[in-house]
Amino acid sequence: MGIIKTKDLVFEYIRRDEEGNVEGITRAVDEVSLDIQAGDFIAILGHNGSGKSTLAKHINAILYPTEGTVWVDGMDTSKEEHLWEIRQEAGMVFQNPDNQIIGQVVEEDVGFGPENLGVPTKEIWERVEESLKAVGMYEFRKYSPNKLSGGQKQRVSIAGVIAMHPKCIVLDEPTAMLDPNGRREVIRAVRALNDVEGITVVLITHYMEEIIYANKVFVMDKGSIAMEGTPRKIFSQVEKLKELRLDVPQVTLLAHELKKGGLDIPDGILTTKELITALGL
Amino acid sequence: MLRDITLGQYYQTDSVIHRLDPRVKLVTTLCYLISLFIVDHWIGYVIAGLFLLLVIKLSKVPFKFMVRGMRAIVFLLVIAVVFNLFLTPGEGEPLVAFWKLTIYKEGVRLAAFMAVRLVFLIMGSSVMTLTTTPNNLTDAIEKLLGPLKALKVPVHEIAMMMSIALRFIPILLEETDKIMKAQIARGADFESGNLIKKAKSLVPLLVPLFISAFRRANDLAMAMEARCYHGGEHRTKMKPLIYQKRDMIAYGMVVGYLAVCVVCGKVLW
Amino acid sequence: MSIILDHVSHIYESGTAMEFAALKDINLVIPDGQFIGLIGHTGSGKSTLVQHLNGLLKPTDGNIYYKGADIHDHDFDKKELRSKVGLVFQYPEHQLFEIDVFTDVCFGPKNLGLSKKETELRAYAALKQVGLEDDYFYQSPFDLSGGQKRRVAIAGVLAMKPEVLILDEPTAGLDPKGRDEILDQVAKLRRETGITVILVSHSMEDVAKYVDRIIVMNKGQIFLDHEPKEVFRHYKELENIGLAAPQVTYIMQALKAKGLPVDMDITTVEEAKTAILKALGR
Repeated sequence: MGIIKTKDLVFEYIRRDEEGNVEGITRAVDEVSLDIQAGDFIAILGHNGSGKSTLAKHINAILYPTEGTVWVDGMDTSKEEHLWEIRQEAGMVFQNPDNQIIGQVVEEDVGFGPENLGVPTKEIWERVEESLKAVGMYEFRKYSPNKLSGGQKQRVSIAGVIAMHPKCIVLDEPTAMLDPNGRREVIRAVRALNDVEGITVVLITHYMEEIIYANKVFVMDKGSIAMEGTPRKIFSQVEKLKELRLDVPQVTLLAHELKKGGLDIPDGILTTKELITALGL
Repeated sequence: MLRDITLGQYYQTDSVIHRLDPRVKLVTTLCYLISLFIVDHWIGYVIAGLFLLLVIKLSKVPFKFMVRGMRAIVFLLVIAVVFNLFLTPGEGEPLVAFWKLTIYKEGVRLAAFMAVRLVFLIMGSSVMTLTTTPNNLTDAIEKLLGPLKALKVPVHEIAMMMSIALRFIPILLEETDKIMKAQIARGADFESGNLIKKAKSLVPLLVPLFISAFRRANDLAMAMEARCYHGGEHRTKMKPLIYQKRDMIAYGMVVGYLAVCVVCGKVLW
Repeated sequence: MSIILDHVSHIYESGTAMEFAALKDINLVIPDGQFIGLIGHTGSGKSTLVQHLNGLLKPTDGNIYYKGADIHDHDFDKKELRSKVGLVFQYPEHQLFEIDVFTDVCFGPKNLGLSKKETELRAYAALKQVGLEDDYFYQSPFDLSGGQKRRVAIAGVLAMKPEVLILDEPTAGLDPKGRDEILDQVAKLRRETGITVILVSHSMEDVAKYVDRIIVMNKGQIFLDHEPKEVFRHYKELENIGLAAPQVTYIMQALKAKGLPVDMDITTVEEAKTAILKALGR
């Protein structure tokens, strides 16, 4: 079994009108089965409302399955006794950089998780230092979070998770509210976590250029998995992605259009270099 | 304009005052506030002023920041002064008298004292908030109120709530500014009209602000849970509060200051 | 000439330690009917700039003219200006507050003192302009999806019948399809009504397809101000300030370097396709 495994996961919530009467049931996650291996870099793609964030919240035991099971490192998330262990092993970074920083000073925020875990004071300091260094924010340790850019705040949030020494980290659209530079900073930090520290990464996003580094991509639609495979395999299905409200990098789109225009080009071109080779230049 | 509120804003620098144990700063601030109300003579205020100046100097926080904090209370200050000026009954000849208003010597004295008191009070507390991170401050409150835990007072929770409130004040202020501008761009008018109209005009500001505050609270609760927050039980501290030698010296100085105030009060009163 | 900025500067917290010049000596002419992309980093001054155009911020130095009148003259009607220069803020759905969509969109025209009938006609027209179906008109705005909320918020500004429409990052946080839908809608609106549109964005790819002029801001100053093709010719300079031309521009550069005879002035994938097929003799 991989580090994160879901079997026939279903999550439903009840919609109520203003008087509290049941209006209907929405199935946000529909029969999802995944098996993620330790050390993987996984990307979950999907348009807004496709159920990807709801799925993510199950990995950290913030939500519990209506049906089916989720295991993190072999522990069933619906079992109360594993709750804190699961939350320590599967860290989570959220979308809004302002709404997840608790500390008034960067270093205090990074120390928040270890404090909750009951880590001894001296070790908290060591963890804070190494985590901030891992995301390149050590020199900002004495800053107020309000003085940082969006990308910097998200890196602090990532450091806050690393300081808890998790085995995997789930990032729920960490770049959706950032500008291109902030996005690059965050993705660089996330890749380093995976490459250098060997932490399993689950990156949820709707920016296509961020999934190129993943070993495996899942595309969600209407609560279930609509596509899965390597980035190249995913990118080779331009029309299908468009149907799922997504797009592809311009180079992939151009190659696809040229193929439609009669040129003999393989599917799933990811870089300019590949396009040049494919054109025989 | 909303940025003018300095209260609750930490000023980042390294000074003796910054390094002091927050409990010392909290106790000192309390003592200082008390001292302002026990002294009742201009010499007492001079001493209080000198003490404040010394602390500000040591804190390395630019004086401008203290003054900026004052702007927010100018209105309160004016009211206090005016009330004291006109409503203090006095013996002897009024200094000024026109229509139904009279000013006595006592009124001038009280108004001046009240103004000085308020200014010192705000500055004194600003020094504390400018040199102490709110987290530190809440730690100090938590620790100082610790004994109340025995009476089932949720001390840790109160401290955590305060700390979060403080963290979100600047964010919500910025948000208020933004929503206000956005509604003005849609032709909203927050300035003209009578009181009822003004109150009504606040709806387009307050509704979005509340919704946003709830959304943030929800997000934050989730983020805290995801980071294993489960109350004060079995929690360690990154920055536990341990008294150093300098803290003891500071306590000594505060006791000295209070003694001087009391002596001044006794001798000169 | 619609809007003219004459030596406009804006300094925040002037005279304090936090003094920060958000705008430095900006000179700009915005003629009627142009579709402009305003590009720059967070902190480049673009948001500060657009808030000057409808008088929300007052320049600390310099003057702004709307149709020849100084907008900070005493007898200038600011409310009128704000209805003529409509500004849609970033994440505009955060300002929705009314019980239903339609009432919320009525807020703007109502503030202008229009009759109930005129207000409702305008609100209806605006909701149609952003492509929202009638079914949603009497729902609470808070029950809509992110993309729908944003349309409602944009309609709230359109209902004031602005002559200039400024959108501050209208696609932030939307998924790719949602982004294209909003931008297509704005382009359609402009085609149909001929209003001036200023689109503030981080993304060259987003604006390249639509606008006829790009203003690049950096550190409170105008860094480049040309038609898109000319701006992208300066892609090296754009990189120096941390921006970039659309990816397709780089692809064409690379292809040309490999000897493919293609035109350099290409900014969209469609143009690139045509050019490459032509160069390959197809």
